[in-house]
Amino acid sequence: MKRYASKRCLAAILVCVAVFAFSGVGLAQDTIKLGVAGAHSGDLASYGIPSIRAAELVTKDINAKGGILGKKIELLLGDDACKPELATNVATKLVSDGVNVVLGHICSGATKAALNIYASASIPVMSPSATNTELTLSGDYPNFFRTIAYDDLQARLQVSFARDVLKVKRVACLHDKGDYGKGQSTLAKQFFEEAGIEVVLFEGVTPGAVDYSAIVQKIKRENVDLVVWGAYHPEASKIVTLMRKKKMDTPFMGADGIKDETFIKVAGEFAEGVFATGPRDNTKNPLFIAAKKAHQDAFGEDPGVFFPEAYSATLALLNAIEKAGSTDFDAVTKALRSEYVDTPVGSISFDQNGDAIGIGFSVYQVKNGVFTTIQ
Amino acid sequence: MEYFIELFFSGLTRGSIYALIALGYTMVYGIIQLINFAHGEIYMIGAFTALIVTGVLTYYGWPHLAIILIAAVLAIFYSAAYGWTMERIAYKPLRDAPRLSALISAIGASLFLQNYVLLAQTSDFLPFPSLISDFAFLDPVSNLFGTTDFLIYTTTGVVMALLTFLIKFTRVGKAMRATAQDRHMAMLVGIDVNRIISITFIIGSATAAIGGVLIASHVGQINFFIGFIAGIKAFVAAVLGGIGSLPGAVLGSLVLGWTEAFFTGYVSSDYEDVCAFVILVIILIFRPSGLLGRSGVQKV
Repeated sequence: MKRYASKRCLAAILVCVAVFAFSGVGLAQDTIKLGVAGAHSGDLASYGIPSIRAAELVTKDINAKGGILGKKIELLLGDDACKPELATNVATKLVSDGVNVVLGHICSGATKAALNIYASASIPVMSPSATNTELTLSGDYPNFFRTIAYDDLQARLQVSFARDVLKVKRVACLHDKGDYGKGQSTLAKQFFEEAGIEVVLFEGVTPGAVDYSAIVQKIKRENVDLVVWGAYHPEASKIVTLMRKKKMDTPFMGADGIKDETFIKVAGEFAEGVFATGPRDNTKNPLFIAAKKAHQDAFGEDPGVFFPEAYSATLALLNAIEKAGSTDFDAVTKALRSEYVDTPVGSISFDQNGDAIGIGFSVYQVKNGVFTTIQ
Repeated sequence: MEYFIELFFSGLTRGSIYALIALGYTMVYGIIQLINFAHGEIYMIGAFTALIVTGVLTYYGWPHLAIILIAAVLAIFYSAAYGWTMERIAYKPLRDAPRLSALISAIGASLFLQNYVLLAQTSDFLPFPSLISDFAFLDPVSNLFGTTDFLIYTTTGVVMALLTFLIKFTRVGKAMRATAQDRHMAMLVGIDVNRIISITFIIGSATAAIGGVLIASHVGQINFFIGFIAGIKAFVAAVLGGIGSLPGAVLGSLVLGWTEAFFTGYVSSDYEDVCAFVILVIILIFRPSGLLGRSGVQKV
């Protein structure tokens, strides 16, 4: 029943868009077709719906100004419910409907399944949410772009910062044995070793323990240049406090798990000088504020997850078509890789792999009791 | 050798922290054979009380020393009141019920208090101010232990000595021992058993509150869940030392603390808990009633 309803709804949207497009230009062929694919129903619909809304808002703006290259934008929706097997059907359908560029898909697995179909039809695809590292770094999908940082990026940023700025030789990687903490630390260890930096200590501490002085003594004995903490802030503040109380001035670096005001509140003066990586702060970007307001006006609620990324991806795709002067695959991908575009997630372009330049994580340092961006 | 000494003091800190909580555990068990799972929560409530009192008094600009003393005294009173009330509500009605019922009631009291603090306060970690300024005379050994570690060592020793004195040499202590040996016989010879049990809970809760204040200012942060993990470890330590025995609780705690510290130092902290519990099992195989526990004949 729900499926039926959503299909009718989808059909209604398509009819509206189509009517609008016909009335503007007169010929169906004279629209630029933007596919919006992802989970639009099912458990993960809340990840996919914001991307439809973002695409609608952006295209409404652009069509109101006369479209791009004299053509209106037409949206084609495809619902994969986050399932790889449905994603291939959606991709085939969109390709046969003559889509020019695709915003999607939402889940990494579904995206991977659909990409080859788009590749054989020479269609650029841009995901606002698929974070799987392989999608870009494997080099298998030259038609794929994304406006979200990939999974390994944070650990790679930590390593490059430690190597180039702090110039460390020996590090200790500590975590809390949990999924997030151990995963983060394992990646950091792998990249440190690839960068030729010795990881002399790789250990998990018991979260919630009353005292960490034994592990702190061990860090001291190993005489490391940097302690890299992979997990959350409660243990981090205990460890860094003990280190400073034992008169160790070894730098301490954490990930987004410690980039939290509570960390500074709890560790107090001992938090001073601690490094942390965390997502770049976009909330002061005027385009971000405008997009959020547009969403509130149109839908009466705050935007959902991945909305800014989807909004930015739509802008980037349409901008590239405009700059390229056509929907030709080579011209569009070249424009994506060379032109910068101002979006809610910052001024972005794309690298050879398809990852956005200018998004993702920053390095922060605690200075005078606040996290200050230093890189 | 220096590394060994550093680890020795790390273990001593952990062990003394466990001991401060384990003393109350083992005392209650000694008198009424009840594993008071809510003991860790009393410790947590003591820490929260001290935090609130400190916050208020700091706001009014009271001198540092007065804040520490008032916070500690109020925490002790408040926790003792909680201990007494909990005994009245959750354990006394079940005095003659099967032991398992009282145990379930204890777990219930523990969950109740945790959730109560969670709802009334916050789930987030709160910074606990370092009330005690660093002692200058400890500066040369600051790589081994700090001021709070030092206070924890001494307090643990003093509390253990005082409790031992109380039980061995006072009238109340004598009544406690009598109640522990045979509650009905104690009643027959004119001991107010209910009063003695209440006193036991009050004293046990007061020691937990002292632990709460000291440990919170050592760790520097508290939340509603700190009592659970510390309580479990302290319980293990009490069993290891021989539950019901005060010196046993301290010895068991120290053995546990040292095991964890040395294992972390020389092997890996990943498996410190595994190692600690392997040691526990081995000791209990050879000494089923713990290191200092009396292997008394089970009453039938």
